[in-house]
Amino acid sequence: MSNTPPTSDLELPSTHYLNATYGSGIRSWLLTTDHKRIALLYLASVTVFFFIGGVLATMIRIHLLTPGGALVTPETYNKLFTMHGVAMIFFFLIPSIPAVLGNFLIPMMIGAKDLAFPKINLLSWYIYIIGGSFVLYSFGTGGLDTGWTFYTPLSSVYSNSAVTPAVIGIFINGFSSILTGLNFIVTIHTMRAPGMTWFRLPLFAWAHYATSLVMILGTPVVAITLLLAGLERMFHLGFFNPALGGDPILFQHLFWFYSHPAVYIMILPAMGVVSEIIPTFARKPIFGYSFIAGSSIAIAVIGFLVWAHHMFVTGESTYAALTFSFLSYLVAIPSAVKVFNWTSTLYKGSISWDPPMIYALGFIGLFVIGGLTGLFLACLGLDIHIHDTYFVVAHFHYIMVGGAVMGYVGGLHFWWPKITGRLYPESLSRAAAVVLFIGFNLTFFPQFILGYLGMPRRYHTYPPEFQVLNVLSTAGASILALGYLLPMIYLTWSMRYGKVAGKNPWPATGLEWTTDSPPPTENFHVTPEVTWEPYDFQNRPDLGLAAGTRPLAPAQGDD
Amino acid sequence: MHRTGDLYGHFQTLEQQKETATLGMWIFLVTEVLFFGGLFLTYTINRSAFSTAFGIGSNTLDITLGAGNTVVLILSSLTMAMAVWSAQVGKKKLVSIFLIATLGLGSVFLGVKAVEYKQKFDHHLIPGRGFDMKYHPAHPMPGDDPKELALEKKEVEEAFSHDPDINAHGQLYFSLYFGMTGLHALHMIVGAGLLIWLIKGSFTGRFTPQYNTPVEIVGLYWHFVDIVWIYLFPLLYLIDRHR
Repeated sequence: MSNTPPTSDLELPSTHYLNATYGSGIRSWLLTTDHKRIALLYLASVTVFFFIGGVLATMIRIHLLTPGGALVTPETYNKLFTMHGVAMIFFFLIPSIPAVLGNFLIPMMIGAKDLAFPKINLLSWYIYIIGGSFVLYSFGTGGLDTGWTFYTPLSSVYSNSAVTPAVIGIFINGFSSILTGLNFIVTIHTMRAPGMTWFRLPLFAWAHYATSLVMILGTPVVAITLLLAGLERMFHLGFFNPALGGDPILFQHLFWFYSHPAVYIMILPAMGVVSEIIPTFARKPIFGYSFIAGSSIAIAVIGFLVWAHHMFVTGESTYAALTFSFLSYLVAIPSAVKVFNWTSTLYKGSISWDPPMIYALGFIGLFVIGGLTGLFLACLGLDIHIHDTYFVVAHFHYIMVGGAVMGYVGGLHFWWPKITGRLYPESLSRAAAVVLFIGFNLTFFPQFILGYLGMPRRYHTYPPEFQVLNVLSTAGASILALGYLLPMIYLTWSMRYGKVAGKNPWPATGLEWTTDSPPPTENFHVTPEVTWEPYDFQNRPDLGLAAGTRPLAPAQGDD
Repeated sequence: MHRTGDLYGHFQTLEQQKETATLGMWIFLVTEVLFFGGLFLTYTINRSAFSTAFGIGSNTLDITLGAGNTVVLILSSLTMAMAVWSAQVGKKKLVSIFLIATLGLGSVFLGVKAVEYKQKFDHHLIPGRGFDMKYHPAHPMPGDDPKELALEKKEVEEAFSHDPDINAHGQLYFSLYFGMTGLHALHMIVGAGLLIWLIKGSFTGRFTPQYNTPVEIVGLYWHFVDIVWIYLFPLLYLIDRHR
């Protein structure tokens, strides 16, 4: 049962943002200020880094097939997991949804022609590319073996790997994040169309507003921290080096003050995507709109107060540990509010199993597991046992891959018809979503068990009794890889050969669905005026739905 | 996006454009607070741990130059505010004059900083190899006041007796000194560049009571850089100044 229209006598609009040319071909892309083109530039770049991170993950999993570790030396293994983390976190996860989907959609969702600062938007992308180049240079000239967390004094004094260019690259890349966040906040404040009040904003916009708050407040701190660590390495300063009177724990506090909120930068946008997909494919207004909006802000705020739960075993005082543990439990509450509200939206809805919905439902299940295991880790006594084990690795991969990446891929599937004007093959895409879900669980669930049984993280070997679980995990990784490769193939294929989608194939209620697919450069031919509440399927006759929410006729055959 | 006159194509009105630019600059300044904030936190932690070394280090700074620079920068904020006012009341010639004055005062500040940095270099107080807090008292430079130098020598020796690692801890102080004033100076250089851009614009009479947003938001930035210095000066120059 799905929503796609049965016949395809639709045509692409004659001019839209992709074929509008102002100047010569490649220059009109590299010098564009159109937020939609910039989103596609980001799409290409983050996919490259996702691929690099994925190759590194593959090498890790192959190495861990045997207890002795047959693929690489111990020193190289350290470099594999470090570079995997750096590439994935800073150059894929953090930009992914905001820079690709956020850039493309936020102006359209609020009825604007572009973001507040289009040139700064392009500058953000160039900063990302320059930062990424420094990091790739580091990868290519000796790699990094410090862990993505760059703990001192290993990173600032003792490591023999290419730490300095990497730290410079991440520092530069931070400004890409900061400028994107700045752009979103100002845009949402000042560029809303007439009638688009704050509480008519799509929840995707609320999610990105909260994310942007975290971006602008947190990223400068990690920037200065990495700068200090880099300066320490270059000029033998002593902030974090005990031999010179410095304090490695100071580095950890400064680092985690950003890096904890950073995980909310990674998950809040995905939650925004899910908040758009669920009502669309349940054909029902979302339950508890204001609570979902408010919970995004609550997560952003409380998320700044929990950083030292990464440092329970560093010798911090019991009272500090208790406080951070308590606050970490507190931050789970707004997340749970969202899960309850999404679930309530499904109740008595008219569910259809289109690919975006499969990703969104998968997100809810996997995020619940990831989030609950976060609470296990926030429990002080339990953390003593499972800190720095594969339990932690499984926890954060459930949230970042099972959550954020599924949200990203689901969002790409949801808005692909708007971005390209075309639909993708239905059965294949549903199958790919299921393959991804199965592959993901097979990869990471064994890691919870491994961690609980005591297998440490970041180790190149393990005791022989853990081999079966490691082999299962690697097998799962190969299936997971297929789950990512399939969309890369059929989405690319669809850009030329997919069925023409029309303005609103699902249909969905957002402003972005009222304009052409692909949209014109100026987004709307006429500035929209908003008179309806969000997700109001009942009172939108323009969607072509009868009041009573029966779905459209199913698609005839599959592509 | 295309521009018709002063209005960029993605805005509906000049009012919206001005509101957007101003909000954007305020938010950028918030990020700058967090950016400098990391350094201020590091300073706080290190000063509370090594107050003796920080006191000695602070006393090697030239308080006359520092205080003078502070006055210069505050004056430059005044001329910047006057430039904004001039634009708002339509006195276009004054806009250029006040912007040039701001740039001039900012350049004086940077020049004095360069002199101070050179002094630190001569006194072997740049962190890294060769750093030695005992160097200057043992090697007088021309122009040094012998009484001041003797006092400094006594203080350094007393500090060494209390804290054998004075050189290591003093290096932390000077790392922060150069890090914080260096980052500040970098921001001033960027500000100088923005002022040059504004001055060029003001020569064409671009800034009017109807459109003066660039002057206003560069003004916000300049005032912020000034405020950072107002915190830096006492924290770096005025520790343990009992004499």
